[in-house]
Formats: sequence, structure tokens, C-alpha cells
Amino acid sequence: MADTKRSMSVSTRAADSPALSESSAGLLRELVAHLRQNRTQLREEWARRITRAELLTAMTEEEIFAEATAVYDNYVEALETGTFEALQAYSRRLSERIIPRGVETDEVVGIVLLLRDVLARSLFNKYQDNVEKLNRILDSYEPAANRIANTVAVGFVEERERIIRQQQEAIRELSTPVLQVRERLLILPIIGVIDPQRARQLTEQLLRAIRANRAKVVVIDVTGVAAMDSGVANHLVQTVEASRLLGATVIVTGLSPEIAQTLVTIGVDLSEMATVGDLQGGIEEAERLLADRAAPTLGSLATREIAPESQR
Amino acid sequence: MEVPILRQGQYLIASIQSALTDADLSHLREALIAQVGRSRCRGVIVDVTALDVMDSFAVRTLRDIAHMARLRGAETVIVGIQPDVAFAMVQLGLTLKGVATVLDLEEGLAFLDGRTKDRGLDTRFKRPPSSPPRG
Repeated sequence: MADTKRSMSVSTRAADSPALSESSAGLLRELVAHLRQNRTQLREEWARRITRAELLTAMTEEEIFAEATAVYDNYVEALETGTFEALQAYSRRLSERIIPRGVETDEVVGIVLLLRDVLARSLFNKYQDNVEKLNRILDSYEPAANRIANTVAVGFVEERERIIRQQQEAIRELSTPVLQVRERLLILPIIGVIDPQRARQLTEQLLRAIRANRAKVVVIDVTGVAAMDSGVANHLVQTVEASRLLGATVIVTGLSPEIAQTLVTIGVDLSEMATVGDLQGGIEEAERLLADRAAPTLGSLATREIAPESQR
Repeated sequence: MEVPILRQGQYLIASIQSALTDADLSHLREALIAQVGRSRCRGVIVDVTALDVMDSFAVRTLRDIAHMARLRGAETVIVGIQPDVAFAMVQLGLTLKGVATVLDLEEGLAFLDGRTKDRGLDTRFKRPPSSPPRG
């Protein structure tokens, strides 16, 4: 029944739009006065509905009621003034409070839509004798209500994304140590997800460290890397090549069975890469290479294999 | 711009001081290969520390120098490639395959010392360890 009324209002709105703009301010005032008057009752109804729909389960009933009161007042104020800055700021603060407690996006959107429904229902009850006026009230209420719902949802999502960005930044800074184990031997343990940006940063840091420490051998340990796509694998190959150009041999250790299978299946050319099963084996191999100072690079190893043959 | 070629013991050292044109590079190649035979040296060091750009022609010329010098009896090592240059090179697929590269001039000298000593041992005293004993 409500739906037919609303569709009617759409058709009438087109007809009497000039008159509407004059009276809509008055209607909105009337609407706000109604919401203020019935504040306690509507707020309680809303909190009841939230509990019944099992939203915000991470919060206690008192907390829900306190937040509901604040949201309600901000909501009415946004309706009255038509400005959304205060509401935006409030929803940002609210998100800051509730995101760490595990409140999900659908819950936040859900409660705002519930409030919209509660208020709309109360309007139906108040103006049920005067359908024409109800339509005009809804005309001015609905766009504002939708914008409020939008504002709160966007505020929540933006806050969430800000937190995610912040954490990514922190992880990125934490996770790229280049360690010198002994003279001329560096270790680069890679942990976590490698995206193209991080791969590039890793390579730059490694090449600088090779130069600064005059490293001869580098062990890159990828035990902590869960998955690797072809882009990252190719980047790894490039890092090995670039290190060789600086005179350092790279040994890659700790390729998991999954990564080994992926790399061979997608056909990344790893023939130039020296790989050893685990970090311990990699360091042993590196010490062996360092002891044999005459043959420091893969390139020279390759030419050396050819040399005896031509001499035979 | 002429690249000076210095002689240091058994080695020739070509130290590139500034960006080179293709003609300069070709000239460097010819001069080095000619001198390798004339001075009977065992090693060539090309120092590219001053280069902050390395294009495909430069990389090919360096590779050619290494291969040609080997035919004339000398080992070649490229020294002083900058980290940024190295990464740009591999991204362009210019990897100097089969050419020895080390960090700087000091490493280059140590590398050639090791190589020339190795070769002497190989040819004169040692049998390759992989060859099966003959009965």
C-alpha cells in the first residue's frame, strides 16, 4: 500500500513542482517538529528493531541505545539544516569507535536504513488521513533521508579504508630488512604478500645494500611468502640478474611446494636462478662460494664450465 | 670523447669517464681488442662507474668486447655498474649474459687475479675433476 502511494507522489510531483519548492521548507519544519516531539518513542522503537534484526551484536544494549540517541539527534539536525558536515564528522568518529570492535559495513548501513523505515512508518501513521499531505511530506523527507544514509555509509567505508591504508604502510615499512650475516654475505628474508610496488622497493633496497656492504653473495629467503604470481616471479628473476651485474651471486631459498608447482606450471624461466631448499642450506652454499673467491658470479661459473671442455 | 686505456701489470683498464656516443663505443672496442694482442695482457677491465644510462648498443658493445678479448686470450670483467642502471638494464632485457661483472675496480682486479691463476693451474697441473679415470 505504501508503494502505491509513493508511486502516486512521483507523478503528482512532476505536475505541481513550482508550488512544492515554496512549501517544502515549511513541510520540513513540520516534519522535524514531529520527530523532535516523538524523540523518545521513535528512538526506543529504533533500538528495539536493531536488537530484533540482530545488528550490532558486538555492542551491549546500553551502548546501542546511547549511539542510537546520538545518531537520531544528528539525523534530525541534518534533516533540519540540510547540511551534512556535522553528520559526516559524527559518522567518522562513530566508525573510529566501532570498527575496532568488529562492526561490519552491512550492520552500519542496516541500522541507518532501519531508522529511515521507523521514521517513515511514523509519518504514515500521523498523516494517514491526509494522503496528499503525506505524499508531500515524503517528497521532502525521502531525498534527505537517502542522502543521510549515503553519508553515514560512505563515512564508515572511508574510515575503514583509511585504517587499511595505514596498516599497509606500517607493514611495508616493517618488512624489508636486508641483513649482513658476515662480511660479504647478505640475507634478505621476505615475509608476506609481495605486490609489484613492494617487489620494486625490495629490489632497490637490496641493490643499494649490495653496494654499501660490498656483498658477494645474497641469500633471498622466501619461506614466508605464501603465493607468487608470474609478475612477482619475473621480478625475482630480474633482481637476481641485476644483482649479478653488481657482482653478487643470489641464492634463493625456501620456495614452498605450492610456489614451485605454480612457477613451473606458469612457465617462469628460473634456469638462471640458484635455488637451495632451506635457509640453512643457502647459507652453507653461500659460505662455500665465499671461500672460493675466484669464482664469484654465476656468469663466470658458466664460462668456467665451458673452458675445460674447449681445452680437452 | 676518447676513453683512456691504462696498463696495469697484466691487465688493461679502460675507464669510461662520461657518456659515450655509439662511435666512441665502437672506437673503444677496436682500440681495446688491438691492444690486448699487442701488449699480451691476460685481462681487461672496463669501468662504467660514471655511466648513469646504459642503452642496448652500449651493452652489446661491452658483450662484444668480452667475447672478442676472450678469443684473443684475455678475460674481461665489467666493473662499477650502478644499482639503478643494473635494474633498468634487466627490465629492458639487457643482462650481459656470459660476461663477468663485479662491484668495483678493486673487485675486478681480485677477480682477474683469481681467474688467471685458476687457468694456469687447470692447463698445467690439473685434470678436470669430472673426467672419468681412464683404464
